Amino acid sequence: MSEDRMLDVRDVTLRFGGVTALDGVSFHIDRGEILGLIGPNGAGKTTCFNVMTGVYQPTSGSVVFDGRKLGRRKKHQITRLGIARTFQNIRLFPEMTALENVMVGADARHRTSVLSALFRLPRHRREEREGRERALALLDLVGVAHRAEETARNLPYGDQRRLEIARALATGPKLLCLDEPAAGFNPAEKAKLLELIRRIRDDGYTVLLIEHDMRLVMGVTDRIVVLEFGKKIAEGAPAEIRDNPAVIAAYLGVPEDAA
Amino acid sequence: MQFLLDNFWDLSVTGLTQGAIYALIALGYTLVYGVLRLINFAHSEVFVTGTFASIFVLHAFGLGSDDPVPSAGMVVLYIAAAAVGAMVASAATALVVERVAYRPLRRRNAPPLVFLISAIGASFAISEAFGVLVDRNNVRVPNLIEPQTQFHLFGASVNNRQLLIVAAAIVMMLCLDQFIRRTRLGRGIRAVSQDPDSAALMGVNKDRVIALTFILGGLMAGGAAVLYDLQFGVTRFNAGFVLGIKAFTAAVLGGIGNLRGALLGGLLLGLMENYGSAIIGSEWRDVVAFVFLIVVLMFRPTGILGESLGKARA
Repeated sequence: MSEDRMLDVRDVTLRFGGVTALDGVSFHIDRGEILGLIGPNGAGKTTCFNVMTGVYQPTSGSVVFDGRKLGRRKKHQITRLGIARTFQNIRLFPEMTALENVMVGADARHRTSVLSALFRLPRHRREEREGRERALALLDLVGVAHRAEETARNLPYGDQRRLEIARALATGPKLLCLDEPAAGFNPAEKAKLLELIRRIRDDGYTVLLIEHDMRLVMGVTDRIVVLEFGKKIAEGAPAEIRDNPAVIAAYLGVPEDAA
Repeated sequence: MQFLLDNFWDLSVTGLTQGAIYALIALGYTLVYGVLRLINFAHSEVFVTGTFASIFVLHAFGLGSDDPVPSAGMVVLYIAAAAVGAMVASAATALVVERVAYRPLRRRNAPPLVFLISAIGASFAISEAFGVLVDRNNVRVPNLIEPQTQFHLFGASVNNRQLLIVAAAIVMMLCLDQFIRRTRLGRGIRAVSQDPDSAALMGVNKDRVIALTFILGGLMAGGAAVLYDLQFGVTRFNAGFVLGIKAFTAAVLGGIGNLRGALLGGLLLGLMENYGSAIIGSEWRDVVAFVFLIVVLMFRPTGILGESLGKARA
């Protein structure tokens, strides 16, 4: 396998009782690329995310991340391997401040023991300070730094979405998975988000993007994988996908508002 | 009624002392509830373990139940040693309960009712273990403090034992509050209590957070156990039953899952019990406590400060 392979989804099938949510799906993500994962509602995009982040175990097939099989690893272990995600419906810690939300993500990297936290030993204090600085830098990157001390629940919708991205980045991922980050955004916000995603990639992260907004997907991704009814129906560069008859039938034919 | 008015401040001091112990135990219920949405009914026995552990420590120092009070310097040492022993024993018991009675069920996704049965089973098992292995009668605590009035507050006399109990309880609660609010592990506890799944996806190890929560509750219960021993001078294998229910009541009263609610609920419950039993007789003490709970819940179903560990911002 090439050194450039970040993630390999190999022939993954997932069944819930009689329902087949994913049916032999295979695709890969190369290091440093932005891959778009698209498809009509219910095509299995979020389910695919859930398999990659350990929420579900595939019925058959495997996911290999950075040369290691995910196997039966738990969610927090997969996070520590280097996969981070945001959620389609915002899942912040509502009663914590924006800064604290991001610090929870940063905590995944820390090593202090219970005792050193209890007695606030130098190591714990140093890690707290570093975590705080890192969190502030990430808040700045996504443009929420001016609201660092506000409770997440009280942030405007767009800031909550961007805060989720900062929190995911704080875990120090190699692969960042964004689940419809532009949902509910106006065109100006979408344009800024596009820029942010590019900047994140330029900072050395690999990005997997689930998105409905075709202009956003076409504008930012290097490659696109299309799912329909749990199967992969197409894969290729944005221009190829745009002209693919199967994709047009399955997806692009549907008006954006209904999608 | 006249008795209440004549002795209002004395009753308040006694009530606050009693309430401080309730509050420390209530924290254990509330912490675990906040993270697991589970009432750990074995928490009363986590407390009882502490009351016995501190007596064992004192016995190990050669103190007997009928010995006179030692010199002041030694008393400080003895109480500190008993406190460490009780807190370690209670925390260890809490951790064992979580490992044996709850974690295996969680692994198998058992429904909530099963946890409840398991909790009650663990509670009986630990209580009876003390009854069988130690004593089924009252076990006396060596004398460590001779209550002496230190000063008067609005005409009420405040003694050294009451001062110690309230001060120790406050210090422990402040430490817990700071820990939950300011440390990485405290943040992990709050994250799990607000959204367990996304906490796991942010790299929080849920099993570790749960274990830590039980340990913290155990430490508070151990502290309460030493104070209880000092206050009442006696413990019993089933001493946790009524006290556990009272502390649970205190937690619900303040808003379960809410740390400051546990404090408020504990103190209020201690006060109300004392005022109530002054009015209608001390045999009605427990009735007063539960009637007070019911009345409060009628108007504030989620307790005085409301539910949720996260919302309290620790």
